[in-house]
Amino acid sequence: MSQMSPVPQAAPAIAFRDVVKTWPHRGGAVAALDHVDLQVPRGGITGVIGRSGAGKSTLLRLVNGLERASSGQVEVLGRDVTAASGRGLRDLRRNVGMIFQHFNLLANRTVRGNVALPLEIAGTPRGRIGPRVDELIDLVGLGPLADRYPAQLSGGQKQRVGIARALATEPKVLLSDEATSALDPETTTSVLALLRNINRELGLTILLITHEMAVVRDICQHVAVIEAGKIVESGSTYDIFAAPTHEVTRSFLSGVTGAALPGFIARRIVPEGAGPAILRITFAGDSAAEPVLSRIGSQLGVDASILSGAIEEIDGRPFGNLTVEVPAADLSRVRDFLHARQLGTEVLGHVG
Amino acid sequence: MSANLAALIWEATLQTLYMVAVSGLIGTAIGLPLGVFLATSKRGELMSAPLANRILGLIVNAMRSIPFIILVVAIIPFTRAIAGTSIGTTAAIVPLTLAAAPFIARIVETAIRDVDGGLIEAARAMGANPGQIIRKVLLPEALPGIVLGLTLAMVSLIGYSAMVGAVGGEGLGDLGIRYGYQRFMPGVMLVVVVVLIVLVQAVQSTGEWIARRLDHRAAKDRGP
Ligand SMILES: Nc1ncnc2c1ncn2[C@@H]1O[C@H](COP(=O)(O)OP(=O)(O)OP(=O)(O)O)[C@@H](O)[C@H]1O
Ligand SMILES: [Mg+2]
Repeated sequence: MSQMSPVPQAAPAIAFRDVVKTWPHRGGAVAALDHVDLQVPRGGITGVIGRSGAGKSTLLRLVNGLERASSGQVEVLGRDVTAASGRGLRDLRRNVGMIFQHFNLLANRTVRGNVALPLEIAGTPRGRIGPRVDELIDLVGLGPLADRYPAQLSGGQKQRVGIARALATEPKVLLSDEATSALDPETTTSVLALLRNINRELGLTILLITHEMAVVRDICQHVAVIEAGKIVESGSTYDIFAAPTHEVTRSFLSGVTGAALPGFIARRIVPEGAGPAILRITFAGDSAAEPVLSRIGSQLGVDASILSGAIEEIDGRPFGNLTVEVPAADLSRVRDFLHARQLGTEVLGHVG
Repeated sequence: MSANLAALIWEATLQTLYMVAVSGLIGTAIGLPLGVFLATSKRGELMSAPLANRILGLIVNAMRSIPFIILVVAIIPFTRAIAGTSIGTTAAIVPLTLAAAPFIARIVETAIRDVDGGLIEAARAMGANPGQIIRKVLLPEALPGIVLGLTLAMVSLIGYSAMVGAVGGEGLGDLGIRYGYQRFMPGVMLVVVVVLIVLVQAVQSTGEWIARRLDHRAAKDRGP
């Protein structure tokens, strides 16, 4: 794909090339990652979403060499992780920060002590550690709590410590393994906002894994969907939200977009049939759908009833999502009409 | 009780403290690194050395299965080689140390294995080498557990030190046997037991107090 683009693209921050990872299992082997190719653009936030056991953590842990690929190549900032070991690998890891679902903070060190740890490990001179630590603690908004121990912090505060710690050695890449999965929705929002700020202000590349499409919607410019060790779909978040092609992506999306159907319809829906069609219409911007719907009525003489709908923001752009019921006989006319007006459609099924 | 007896008890107490302190110190010096090694050297662990782990594990188990009184007698030649004599309080330190070291090693191993694996992972992700992970993560995080374990070891040593009269080691236990049992002076026996109880209590409370001070895992200092 990138070879075909007219402007040469900047080298990706992370590139997976035909990566396979197998685990020994009952004498044989199971593939956690099955020929994965993925490029993570520099300076952006890329999300990898997948179900439990899909291979997300394994994928992420290959980036800083916590796990080794069975075959294939993982390149980070132009360096081949798969070939690095010992000192070289430890140096590389200082350029790649990582945050965790369960924070992994040292219980017997204060906030300050935890943030200082990576600097101590990197051999930063004592006199330089203190000021740098204070700066980081301010960056994540924990100034007054610097001398507390992790047990005296809330989950969101702990994750802020984790973020400050991950940034201590000024990495270019930040890896996030379900960093908000243990947090409540409000705290999640504030931690995600912090990640986005860091991404913007420090130009940090973020690769995050999650099982929540809302996280992808809120901060990711790019997304890859992983299922049973394979990347089944990837692209810009906006495009994937507008036109998902894979079943797994759709099921993730149904939770966050207005695409969720009312239960009484969802229970009766069948893939094929003569009953009324359930049509999902997607549109950019916030104004396009309503007039179109009324025109379907006036110009086509078709009665489309709204089942659900919402307008939200994806990667900073408004995105609308409307699910309507249309008589099966009129379906193709309605879709042609909508496509002519640059609206996306997808038939979810028929009411059986 | 005569002043003479009081002096005897005081002297015996000091002898007990001397034996326990020296064997506890040397036992820790041996047991701590051994415990760290046992906790980090299984296959795939930080300092993976499965064969050495197996062998040292077997030796530690063997040492720990020998009843202390048999150990004392069985290693008399070894004691003589190390202490220059096989009789007396200083000589008694040798079997006490030999009993303490493997015990402490297992205690340290357990405390280190209790440290959340996520912390090792985080440290590796920061680029820490195995030595740094042990010094900066495993030992500090395991420290409260190690202190409690050492407290247990000291209490056991106080008990063991009462048996070294068998090889001429002195101290409270020996005094209690010689006066209280052999010369039938139950008053002396009683005093000895009371002193031992006080010693054990003091060691136990001090150990628990230090461990509590070091342990920040629970949000205890944030009020009720
Ligand atoms: N150390 C291991 N040994 C053996 N199999 C493993 C190991 N780690 C992961 N696996 C297997 O690899 C597959 C992918 O695991 P992974 O942890 O990457 O999934 P995940 O997508 O992160 O799941 P979750 O959302 O539950 O964290 C799973 O089938 C898992 O059982
Ligand atoms: Mg995972």
